[in-house]
Amino acid sequence: MEKLKTENVNVYYGSNHVIKNVSLSIQHNTVTAFIGPSGCGKSTFLRLINRMNDYIEGFRKTGDILIDGEDIYDRKVRVEELRKKVGMVFQKPNPFPKTIYENVIYGLRIQGINRKSILDEVVERSLKRAALWDEVKDNLDKSALELSGGQQQRVCIARALAVEPSIILMDEPASALDPISTAKIEGLIYELKKLYTIIIVTHNMQQAGRVSDNTAFFYLGELIEYNETTTIFTNPKATLTQNYITGRFG
Amino acid sequence: MNKRIDINRVKDIAFKYFGICCTLFGLIMLAVFLLSVLKEGLPRLNWQFFSSFPSRKPEEAGILICLLGTIWIMVLTAFIAVPLGVASGIYLEEYGKKSKFASFIEINITNLAGVPSIIYGLLALEIFVRILGLGKSLLAGSLTLSLLILPIIIVATREAVKAVPGSIRDASYALGATKWETVWFQILPASSGGIITGVILAISRAIGETAPLIVIGAMLYITTVPTSPMDDFSVLPIQIFNWLSRPQKGFIINATAAIIVLLAITFIMNGIAIHLRNRWQRKVKW
Repeated sequence: MEKLKTENVNVYYGSNHVIKNVSLSIQHNTVTAFIGPSGCGKSTFLRLINRMNDYIEGFRKTGDILIDGEDIYDRKVRVEELRKKVGMVFQKPNPFPKTIYENVIYGLRIQGINRKSILDEVVERSLKRAALWDEVKDNLDKSALELSGGQQQRVCIARALAVEPSIILMDEPASALDPISTAKIEGLIYELKKLYTIIIVTHNMQQAGRVSDNTAFFYLGELIEYNETTTIFTNPKATLTQNYITGRFG
Repeated sequence: MNKRIDINRVKDIAFKYFGICCTLFGLIMLAVFLLSVLKEGLPRLNWQFFSSFPSRKPEEAGILICLLGTIWIMVLTAFIAVPLGVASGIYLEEYGKKSKFASFIEINITNLAGVPSIIYGLLALEIFVRILGLGKSLLAGSLTLSLLILPIIIVATREAVKAVPGSIRDASYALGATKWETVWFQILPASSGGIITGVILAISRAIGETAPLIVIGAMLYITTVPTSPMDDFSVLPIQIFNWLSRPQKGFIINATAAIIVLLAITFIMNGIAIHLRNRWQRKVKW
């Protein structure tokens, strides 16, 4: 089932042409990795999907981005509704300076859901899915800022899961973490794929190889190659892709 | 070459002692002032002094009415200036960042902070006392002082809001929060320590002001307790000013005692502000 489709998408920041004519299609319940050197536009492209670029001065976009067949940049679409469907996890863990419990339920609070029984249930379910429940279940009233970096990042994942999105965007979610926390996050991504569509930006080739079904290689704003991860890594069609994944530049 | 180094070393030591002297000068002046005030005024501080009305006899006079006036002014000014100042600060920092209108306001706020307080008094005399017909009431006085401290509160709010990292805003927006929800649930709680500190310092500045209140016609001599915002009033600094201008020694002693009370209030407020700031810095580590 096709979850996300982009058609001839171009993005400009002022006169800077940062995304050039990108068309791709992403299936439901898959993990897609965006790779490419710094400044290639992969993060910009990721942030198009939940419209986080809207605030940036001089941002302009052409082309269509469809989720479940609907244009998310249509004037009738309320961006707050879109972001409940498309969750996001950022590069640096950014928990709110509140308790673990309050962090997880923030998305529900702003929707006006205040029933304790519902909130308790969501907190448990989300933290379990984020593989953090066993570590924090006795300390839900502790400030999230007191957790380790890896735990903070899983709080952020639980927080994103709590609002029941169908797509989760991850912008280099493990780049600020140690190898053990990284392994935990990667295992988590594999599990979450069963319930969500995941798109992950990463600088780490091995990580892309381990977690993703499909890989898109971006270079200077263009989508150079998009295929199954195994094909990209074993038999890339473009020389540029081959040079990048073998570490000849990047 | 060695001579050069020696000269520089002498300069270095000389500057160190010069700096110590400068610091001591300020400290000694302050100590002399405090000691003389305390020596003269402390014996006068008794229950009678706090609970009496003004009087023509210095030993029967007290600060009850102007102390109540100061408390009234403090509360009313806070009610007027805090919502206006905090809302303006949030608007300028979170909403109107890049518009020409916002930068126009910004320049004016910086200018306002430098306007002498007596000018505010003249403005208030015309607008609040005459045009709006509030008279020389507590309300007119509070509005005047609110104008005076608005720039301080706005700047403090902006600084506190600016200190909240952008990643918190991103996280909130990414969960489907509107701008208002992000401000209300994340930015305000995270910056409240800084905002409250700024507010307390601003109000402690307001209760020490004399000039603008004299311009709008606050009473030098008043014998009724203020019970509503429309009543006439006097405040501690005005009472001090009044007593100091009398020839009798007894009134001078009264004035020093009142100075101690005013200083105590200011020190306590500043102490609370410093305490809050420290606690806030410890609690929120990004």
